[in-house]
Amino acid sequence: MAFYDTDVTQLHDDLVNKRVSATELTQAAFARIKATDDQVKAFLALNEEAALKQAAALDQAGIAPDQMLAGIPLAVKDNIVTKGLTTTAASKMLADFKPVYDATVVDKLHQAGVINVGKTNLDEFAMGSSTENSAFQTTKNPWDLTRVPGGSSGGSAAAVAAGDVLGAVGTDTGGSIRQPASFTGVVGMKPTYGRVSRWGVIAFGSSFDQVGWLSQSVKDNAYMLEAIAGLDAKDMTSSHLAVPHYAANLAQADVKGLKIAVPKEYLGEGIDEDVKEVIKAALAHYESLGAQIDEVSMPHTKYGIPAYYILASSEASSNLQRFDGIRYGFRAADVKNLEDVYVKTRSEGFGPEVKRRIMLGTFSLSAGSYDAYFAKAAKVRRLIADDFNQVLADHDVIMGPTAVSTAFKVGAEITDPTKMYLNDLLTVSVNMAGLPGMSIPAGFSKANGMPVGLQIIGKAFDEQTVYDAGYVFEQTTDFHKQTPQLGGQN
Amino acid sequence: MNFETTIGLEVHVELKTNSKIYSPSPVNFGAAPNENTNVIDWGYPGVLPSLNKGVVKAGIMAGLALHAEITKQMHFDRKNYFYPDNPKAYQITQSETPIAHDGWVEIEVNGKKKKIGIAEMHIEEDAGKNTHTGQYSYVDLNRQGTPLIEIVSKPDIASPEEAVAYLEALRQRIQFTGISDVKMEEGSMRVDTNISVRPFGSDKFGTKTEMKNINSFNYVRNALEFEEKRHQAVILSGGTIVQETRRYDEATKGTISMRSKEGSDDYRYFPEPDLPPLEVSDEWIDEIRQAMPQMPGERREHYVNDLGLTDYDAMVLTQTKEMADFFEAAVATGADAKRIANYLMNDVNSYLNDEHVDLQDTKLTPDHLAGMVKLIDNGTISSKMAKKVFAGIIDGEEPAAFAKAHGLVQMSDPAELKPIIDGVLDNNEQSIIDFKNGKDRAIGFLVGQIMKQTRGKANPKVVNQILMQALNER
Repeated sequence: MAFYDTDVTQLHDDLVNKRVSATELTQAAFARIKATDDQVKAFLALNEEAALKQAAALDQAGIAPDQMLAGIPLAVKDNIVTKGLTTTAASKMLADFKPVYDATVVDKLHQAGVINVGKTNLDEFAMGSSTENSAFQTTKNPWDLTRVPGGSSGGSAAAVAAGDVLGAVGTDTGGSIRQPASFTGVVGMKPTYGRVSRWGVIAFGSSFDQVGWLSQSVKDNAYMLEAIAGLDAKDMTSSHLAVPHYAANLAQADVKGLKIAVPKEYLGEGIDEDVKEVIKAALAHYESLGAQIDEVSMPHTKYGIPAYYILASSEASSNLQRFDGIRYGFRAADVKNLEDVYVKTRSEGFGPEVKRRIMLGTFSLSAGSYDAYFAKAAKVRRLIADDFNQVLADHDVIMGPTAVSTAFKVGAEITDPTKMYLNDLLTVSVNMAGLPGMSIPAGFSKANGMPVGLQIIGKAFDEQTVYDAGYVFEQTTDFHKQTPQLGGQN
Repeated sequence: MNFETTIGLEVHVELKTNSKIYSPSPVNFGAAPNENTNVIDWGYPGVLPSLNKGVVKAGIMAGLALHAEITKQMHFDRKNYFYPDNPKAYQITQSETPIAHDGWVEIEVNGKKKKIGIAEMHIEEDAGKNTHTGQYSYVDLNRQGTPLIEIVSKPDIASPEEAVAYLEALRQRIQFTGISDVKMEEGSMRVDTNISVRPFGSDKFGTKTEMKNINSFNYVRNALEFEEKRHQAVILSGGTIVQETRRYDEATKGTISMRSKEGSDDYRYFPEPDLPPLEVSDEWIDEIRQAMPQMPGERREHYVNDLGLTDYDAMVLTQTKEMADFFEAAVATGADAKRIANYLMNDVNSYLNDEHVDLQDTKLTPDHLAGMVKLIDNGTISSKMAKKVFAGIIDGEEPAAFAKAHGLVQMSDPAELKPIIDGVLDNNEQSIIDFKNGKDRAIGFLVGQIMKQTRGKANPKVVNQILMQALNER
């Protein structure tokens, strides 16, 4: 049963009309994972026994027409806690950590009848742009196994691209959903900050972190976001705004007269030519559909990277202090006193990138450097948010590339942190402003044949317009239908 | 050389809320270790704080009680440090925007009134508790997340007496808001002090020494007096005071150096991203102000001006909110205020002192005390009988029923008393003669005889009336 070339709408119809059972779908997902994951290494843990049990129970109870995602196998990034199922954040610090509670997102998926097939790989504590910072394994890009899938939600992106699942939950602090979506040719939506509860998401940069989906299509993504979004009393930063029926509303999607702003900085210095070429073609396509394209300027874009790395690392340095070897997780052996517990546990438990950011953040918050670093970066954040608000005051969306390049080779950038950080040039600003941003497959590089993502940025809490624009593009192109040639059944 | 002393006090007040400041875990004492905790209190991966609005309300009440400005736009900050009783390795507190600022309380020392300024007040969470036995250390997180208000004084306190008067005023006002028990001995009020001494007229403050967690007002006084003298002696001998944290030692009534503060700790404060900024509306502040219990000063005025009590009585009755509330409830039933006041100040207070309990721990109710006072006023019981009735009502007995059941009812019926009085007169001719000869002492003897006959139950007022009439008739 090759369900990976279908979609949520079709599978749901098949399930409701009993043309397929949840058990069959779940078995098919695990079969596919077993056929691909030796090469791709997208998963850190599989949830096979519980998933099959849940599927059997759903088959017994029957699936109602309003349970859109019931019986459909999906995956969850491993920095989101799952009760009783190992949650590692791809860190040695939590190698054997079995949480005692479910994240709100996981709880909502469970209530929606989604089958969670397992936990996907990531850069340790979501810090990285290639998934090479995982303490356990490097995930490979299904389009070219010598290349990275992007990061930090590289496992989720690769699982979707490889056809293991129709969708996987990701998290995005500075581009961690959109950049891997761009690198692997899938759809990746980072919703507005506050749209999805962060309760149970292992915090990295609390004022940036947001949960979203990587999926094979825009409409699937819309269904999936609807299932996890909304106010949560356990997360005071979650929004009380009502969640629209994103997927149903797509029936009215139209881009005629859509006002698209394209910042000249997004197609300027530092962006690879093959990427620019694909994006320009995509913009021309929108124009041909009746959209209005305006070139604008976002002058503070270049300050986004330094400001983001100061702010997010500062928050991370505080958030990660709880991993101290006292209550849970890894504790170093041969400790003689309290200071030993702290120093040895954290020296041995964290990987190099996490340590680098803890040091950067600790430094930025220190008494002597707070004003010059943290406070100044916070000002830059406001300027960047102002840039966005100004442009979005008379435009519906902003478009440009998601990433500065296509997927690079495994090992190519891991030794050069500054170069690695520049991957986030076009995505971090969106997190600084807290806006929704989505990457959709826009074509393939003429230089290396790898996928290129188009980024669509919307107004706060206006995910609908972003989905609408992406959906129309998808309906009038076939980039998203192309799949990588992997071994196995593909 | 003359010296000036400057004292600063940081007071932590533990709030009496049902649940913790950032988690739904209950706040109560005596639970088994870690019983009152959940994933938030453990600093578990993925958890987020949820602000208890009751704590903000309590903070505003404290601010109003201490005449402080309430901050309309506030946020929370993280104070970062590693310690096993601090599971997140940061404390969520307020650094940039304290909930209230620029308040004051009035104190009186040696008949002189003075206003002591309050710089700021912030709401924050308490830490857990570490205990060490043998080679093991244990962490109990029950207290982790218990809400606290920290109250920081301005450098207006100039002597140890003023420091204690300030603490007493602070405790009393907070206690009257009902947001905290403010008991030093139970840790619901904790005091950190700092003190510096400088030659009189010097424009620069002297070097400070600090003492943390002193747990009684007397110890605060002793510790500060000791430090004040030590600072003076060091300065007089040409030495310099080292900036350090010291500990008060009750055995020697002195202070001992703990650690010198060379650099200051860097807590890397920054705005707490998990809690959105909070806006406090004028409407909410007004609503809280309207619902606030009256402060002791207003109550004292009422007692003196409207109820005819003395300043001293009013002062004693407003020592605690429980006593003042009790008094007002008893008076509200129509009982005589002065008599209620006397019972509370004498019988009740000595009972509380003897038994080492608080008023709210006894079974005495305002209704019962008022009922007993009314029995005295209408002659049903004598003041002497009231002593016995009091022993009953303090244990929760209803006064009228208790008096009746124990035969504590006066004989006030003239028809009943007349034959007894006549009998006594018949048997004491000499006393009648003495009385007629102007010896008033004879009355006392006769009354004593009547009381003996009635086993003390005769109503003395009625006895006097009938006796005088009977004597005049003979």
